[in-house]
Amino acid sequence: MAIVDEDLPLLPEERTTFSQDERAELWLGALVCGVIVVLLAMVAFILKESWPSFAHNGLSWFGAGGSVDSQIQTIFNSGNFLTKPDYVFHAWPLIWSTILTTGLSVAIAFVSSLFVAVFMVEFAPDPIKRVLEPVIRLLASVPSVIYGLIGVLVVAPFIGNHLITAHDKASVTPVIQLNGYSLLAAVVILTVMIAPIMIAIFAEGLRAVPRGWLEGSLALGVNRWRTFWKIAVRTARPALIAGTVLATARALGEAVMLSMVSGSVGFAPNPADGLIVLFEPSRGLAPTILHNTDELSSPPMRATLFAIAAVLLFSSLMLSLIGWATKQSMSRYFLVGGVAR
Amino acid sequence: MSATAPGPGRTSPGGSSASWRLTDRAGLALAWFFGLLFCAICGAIVIFLAVKGISDLRPDLIWTNPGAGPTGETGGFLDPLIGTLVVGGIGIGIAGPVGVWTAVWLSEYGRPAPLARVVESTIEMLAGAPSVVLALFGILLFESKVLGFLSATNGGIVFGKSFFAAGAMLSLIALPIVVTTVREGLQAIPNHVREASYALGKTRITTIRRVLLPAARPSLITGNMLAFGHMIGDTAIIVFLLGDTQILQGVGGVPGLNILRGTGSTLTSYIFDNAPTGDLNQPQKAYAAAFVLILIVLALNVLVDVFGRRSREARWS
Repeated sequence: MAIVDEDLPLLPEERTTFSQDERAELWLGALVCGVIVVLLAMVAFILKESWPSFAHNGLSWFGAGGSVDSQIQTIFNSGNFLTKPDYVFHAWPLIWSTILTTGLSVAIAFVSSLFVAVFMVEFAPDPIKRVLEPVIRLLASVPSVIYGLIGVLVVAPFIGNHLITAHDKASVTPVIQLNGYSLLAAVVILTVMIAPIMIAIFAEGLRAVPRGWLEGSLALGVNRWRTFWKIAVRTARPALIAGTVLATARALGEAVMLSMVSGSVGFAPNPADGLIVLFEPSRGLAPTILHNTDELSSPPMRATLFAIAAVLLFSSLMLSLIGWATKQSMSRYFLVGGVAR
Repeated sequence: MSATAPGPGRTSPGGSSASWRLTDRAGLALAWFFGLLFCAICGAIVIFLAVKGISDLRPDLIWTNPGAGPTGETGGFLDPLIGTLVVGGIGIGIAGPVGVWTAVWLSEYGRPAPLARVVESTIEMLAGAPSVVLALFGILLFESKVLGFLSATNGGIVFGKSFFAAGAMLSLIALPIVVTTVREGLQAIPNHVREASYALGKTRITTIRRVLLPAARPSLITGNMLAFGHMIGDTAIIVFLLGDTQILQGVGGVPGLNILRGTGSTLTSYIFDNAPTGDLNQPQKAYAAAFVLILIVLALNVLVDVFGRRSREARWS
């Protein structure tokens, strides 16, 4: 990559030394290239390590079939250098669990965060505003393992003891056990976890809306709610996207909290079961990696775990790409967008 | 929707909402509902953690180490507390300088423009990369023979688990936060400050070092503290890269360096292990450790607030 721009007027043979200033620019350029190299190396190494798993399974890697947990067990056991390594792996239950938890919690968090942000910026009385802002910042920085702890000790037992009836348990007994560590617990905690991030970014975008636009609307006799909803919220759309993308990335990559709360069973919750689906345990992609920390010593298991990591990395890269592209296309029309430039 | 809608849509902004349309009133009601619900949830979490933490926290937990042996059922969490600070320190030691200078390059140089755009999106992608993935990448890096000297080895097999490894990977989490904050701080400095420095015959790099970075010091401090708070809250990287030993286990003879090359634990991995789903299952101690961790995060937040206010007071006219 060329560091020295071609509009520098000097040809290479004319210059023997760089000034201190140019040297500094070169050094800084090298530094940022180093940062890029680290990211590229990460992508390349993870793809390389994961290749055996993808190569053996093809597209059926993403499909359903058999029990994931017993497949993982077989893969791990085949890594003893005596038998032929086994790579058969169908990750659909894990992918489905990630889609369900991320999708549900982002959807719930988006709607409620939007209302909370509007409330906080425009309608809340001053004392509530003053308390709410630092509390949101604190909640956004609470480590996920603490949310997991709350989930394990409060939410999951509550669901297990009060929400799941004996009838529910009996209805799925041959397939799976219902004990409170469930999709519902995961979604509830994940929503509470990502909502502060969304609220903080939404509120920042809403505050950046020019006061004059709102006053113009109010002067036309439009009431306060409609003014804010139709003008401020629309103007802040790039910020809404930025916040949603960031929160989705956090939800997608969340491993610790989910591995504690979601039940850690490689089972695909089946929406055909009705409402019981919320009480069914599952395990997403990221928690699966964390769950099998100690099994990296087995080469086929290692390839499988890196394949899961590659899928996660790919989705998060795509996510930031989509967010970036949407913001780009919008920023032409919305010049004042808070976070977006 | 027409802004000049007659009838119930027209009210004075300060008036009551009684004459608003039903949908508007419903929207306002929802905003209040979610706002108050969120306040209630926040309050519940804060009060719950405070009550549990204060009732379970005993001073001797902070001053004693986890008991010897693999289970660590006795004792407190002095070593995890030290481990948290060490790991955060290493992370900031790497991410601080790299992040600040990356931000300087982005804000002050940024040439050639395509490279700047690539750097920007790299930082954004690092911010979005899941920390389990970073942890796996760290295992790859630090298990290699080249970087093996940084961690414990046994007969040529590199385990790749050490404070160095964990801190280096955590710095990747911290980097985007530092870059974004410092960059914002640098961009808030108006151009006439730079021009005044150039007019005195100062070069660009001198201007940056002597004028811009000191002027942006509040954002430097804020960025580093935010990053520190994020790093000490991460669990996945710690579980993968710091080994599973509850106490600090040094490697090699050099004091200080042996700890950095050795394995240990942090408050987050201590909580993870002591939760009912973990190996040790001692919820009281987990609550106490969580309370200490929250206090650290809270203190960082308050400091960030203080410095943020100072930077706002020192706004350029």
